[in-house]
Amino acid sequence: MNQSEWPLWEVFIRSKQGLDHKHVGSLHAADATMAVQNARDVYTRRLEGVSIWVVESTHIHASNPDEAAEFFDPAADKVYRHPTFYTVPDSIKHM
Amino acid sequence: METLEKDLSRDDQFQARIDADVRIEPKDWMPDAYRKTLIRQISQHAHSEIVGMLPEGNWITRAPSLKRKAILLAKVQDEAGHGLYLYSAAETLGASRDQMLADLHSGKAKYSSIFNYPTLSWADMGCVGWLVDGAAILNQVPLCRTSYGPYARAMVRVCKEESFHQRQGFEIMQTLAAGAPAQREMAQEALNRWWWPTLMMFGPKDSESPNTEQSMKWRIKRFTNDELRQKFVDMMVPQAEFLGLTVPDEKAQWNEARQAYDFGEVDWDEFWSVVKGNGLCNHDRLQARVQAHEEGAWVREAALAHAAKRAAREAAAVAV
Ligand SMILES: [Fe+2]
Ligand SMILES: [Fe+2]
Repeated sequence: MNQSEWPLWEVFIRSKQGLDHKHVGSLHAADATMAVQNARDVYTRRLEGVSIWVVESTHIHASNPDEAAEFFDPAADKVYRHPTFYTVPDSIKHM
Repeated sequence: METLEKDLSRDDQFQARIDADVRIEPKDWMPDAYRKTLIRQISQHAHSEIVGMLPEGNWITRAPSLKRKAILLAKVQDEAGHGLYLYSAAETLGASRDQMLADLHSGKAKYSSIFNYPTLSWADMGCVGWLVDGAAILNQVPLCRTSYGPYARAMVRVCKEESFHQRQGFEIMQTLAAGAPAQREMAQEALNRWWWPTLMMFGPKDSESPNTEQSMKWRIKRFTNDELRQKFVDMMVPQAEFLGLTVPDEKAQWNEARQAYDFGEVDWDEFWSVVKGNGLCNHDRLQARVQAHEEGAWVREAALAHAAKRAAREAAAVAV
């Protein structure tokens, strides 16, 4: 990477009040203020958002996809965490 | 030996995921050739969006009304956005933005040849939207299901915006075709010039497209060039008829047996000549991009310097 390249930012947009911010893509900008402005122009030209977060891409830490199987495995055999695991008698309402 | 065997099984595993329609994400293992092919394909696509702003930008200041000007401006701005979505998708594969731009500017990277044709009249804005964006849509809609996640997601975003592009172009054609004789003539003349180059947008014939098979297997291409070209002709001939215009191809006739339109042979010599850089505008297009990049260098540098200065000032304030 060359010296003059602006840093990369990940962009998250809240599409409407009450919903989570969701990752939509990335862009380059010199600083956070510019990243927010560019994100508005690149990702919300048609009212796709009411709020924008930007995070410099280098600050994102991710789980390792090569270890995804082992990593997420502990949740796989715990069916009792789901309500459907339990049988509720027919005569019981509101449960 | 052991690593080789492991790699082979990795390749097979990778293909199995693709066959099962599992999306590949940036940090997932992928064969080098898949990564390289995708970087080339996505960056070429991004370059096409960016260079594609030039032929239409040519008419922004001369649009016939404020409404048309606002629409054209919005469309060209969308194309800039498409370029940016795609560059960032390519960057998730490890390509650097600066390197991609350098490859465009040096002529090493290609972009769609259609943008090496000049836009001579206002009717060309109609033809570009109706035909060129129409062809792009046919190419892009299947890519919304492509195997590489960031690419597929960028294409979904792009496709949502494209249908406005095509409709505004068709509306320009409709207005001209229903206008005075001179306007009608202008519309027909533009169609005559754009018809064949848009058929070329789908690329060489299948028999001359050796990479198609591998790309289809990887699901980074979902229809062959000839399949898409046929679809395009089937869509567009009736639309031209609706406008009261004729596509410049006597062989474009409905074939009842095939349930498709027959059409003439594309001038492949012209196609290859434009690809090799000898189109009417190849030189101008690249020069315009290089000039914009060079003349914008001081802005990019100043913005970085400003950001660094402000960060330093903030750090100093915190230290106090
Ligand atoms: Fe586009
Ligand atoms: Fe477009």
